Amino acid sequence: MTQVDIQRKEEVFMERIKNHPILDFKREEKVTFEYNGQKIKAYKGETIAAALHAAGIKQLKHSPKKERPRGLFCAIGNCSSCLMEVDGVPNVKTCVTKVEEGMVVREQKGHGDL
Amino acid sequence: MIYTDILIIGGGPAGLSAAITAAEKGADVILIERDDILGGQLVKQTHRFFGSKNEHAGTRGISIAEELKSKVFANDNIEVMLEGTAQGYYDDGVVTVSHEKRYKKIMPKKIIVATGASEKMLPFPNNDLPGVYGAGAVQTLMNVYGVVPGKKVLMIGAGNIGLIVSYQLMQAGVDVVGIVEAAPKIGGYLVHASKIRRAGVPIYTGHTIKEALGKESVEKAVICELDENWNEVEGSEKELDVDTICLAVGLKPISDFLIQAGCEMAYVPHLGGDVAIRDENLKTTNDKFYVAGDSAGIEEATAAILEGEVAGLSAVIDIGCSEESSENDRNEAKKQLADLRRGPVGKKIREGLKLAKEGKNAGKNRYSNIS
Repeated sequence: MTQVDIQRKEEVFMERIKNHPILDFKREEKVTFEYNGQKIKAYKGETIAAALHAAGIKQLKHSPKKERPRGLFCAIGNCSSCLMEVDGVPNVKTCVTKVEEGMVVREQKGHGDL
Repeated sequence: MIYTDILIIGGGPAGLSAAITAAEKGADVILIERDDILGGQLVKQTHRFFGSKNEHAGTRGISIAEELKSKVFANDNIEVMLEGTAQGYYDDGVVTVSHEKRYKKIMPKKIIVATGASEKMLPFPNNDLPGVYGAGAVQTLMNVYGVVPGKKVLMIGAGNIGLIVSYQLMQAGVDVVGIVEAAPKIGGYLVHASKIRRAGVPIYTGHTIKEALGKESVEKAVICELDENWNEVEGSEKELDVDTICLAVGLKPISDFLIQAGCEMAYVPHLGGDVAIRDENLKTTNDKFYVAGDSAGIEEATAAILEGEVAGLSAVIDIGCSEESSENDRNEAKKQLADLRRGPVGKKIREGLKLAKEGKNAGKNRYSNIS
């Protein structure tokens, strides 16, 4: 592995990919949203789950019964492993919901109340 | 009530191709897609396609998606409903769709189901920990959003998806610690496997994942050898330092809508699970319904595009708004499909398709309480 490769490897961790041999990621408008009271910066067009990942947050919920930690699994809205409370609405699939300025995202308790 | 000739559910390669084909023959088409973009899983496929000479060989998946999308948006006969979800089919022929925060009723003459597939899970202790992903999720994070899933990845499955996604991880600068494959040999194309091996990534054939370890998320994975009867070999355990476990252990068709609509189903393992019984023109046992793409049986995008053509043409022919050339076009598409499925690589698919046509192992009774 060359020196450049090693450098690149260190850069990407817990961050967004900067240099890619094939893809060019358009990141223009920045937004800030809230996750469990913490301010997170993201780019418009990213899903909540992707933005949380980029900020190093992998754990999105706990299972309702045994309270086991759960994270992203399918990323296309099939599996419900990423459900969170978004702007007061529970059970939002954060893997297919885009971040918006000022959004309030929380880990929900249990099945969520409506 | 919205009236249309053909309703297509799913905007991936099969659905897009069906929409283009049917609209070019003059049919009015509504295409619904639950995502906010068209292209399905093609939008994350950065690799160049193999396949037959006519069908996009040498082109990257992302470019194929762009090509299909621009054809769809350029065609006035196609109405696209993004972020729309088909909710149900009613006996009077109405399909309900949630779209733009409204519940819409659509009355189509024909319906093409191209809902794709979902990833299979693998049972092992702690498989629910954050850091265990389906291969598609890793591709989405990495290739759509440009976010790496972790630092050190263990890939489970050395089929084409496992191999391709491993290579894509390496392109994104992520360390692939190894690839585990339960079968005694690599399932995917050797071209892909060689690229990965040359980069020094070990491929553990005849191995499986025994468990994931970690408290809040994956910290380690334990793998072990399998004997010739697929039993775990005691004492062969090996602990690997990884923060990500990526499952590339196959896909299963998303068949819910077909089942709900009362199409007769068959369980065909060769095709990934429950599929609608259909004829060679991709018409199901419900006269209104056609299937195409992974929801008809797991293959790859080139086959999905061709099946979309066949289903689109069949719908057009059956509602009688087709030109004479439609029959010829359908024969041509069917011929290309047959070419694609020829040889030893296509053997499993050919066997599966035979079962899906005959309705062998039909799971009719399994769903009789639903329809």
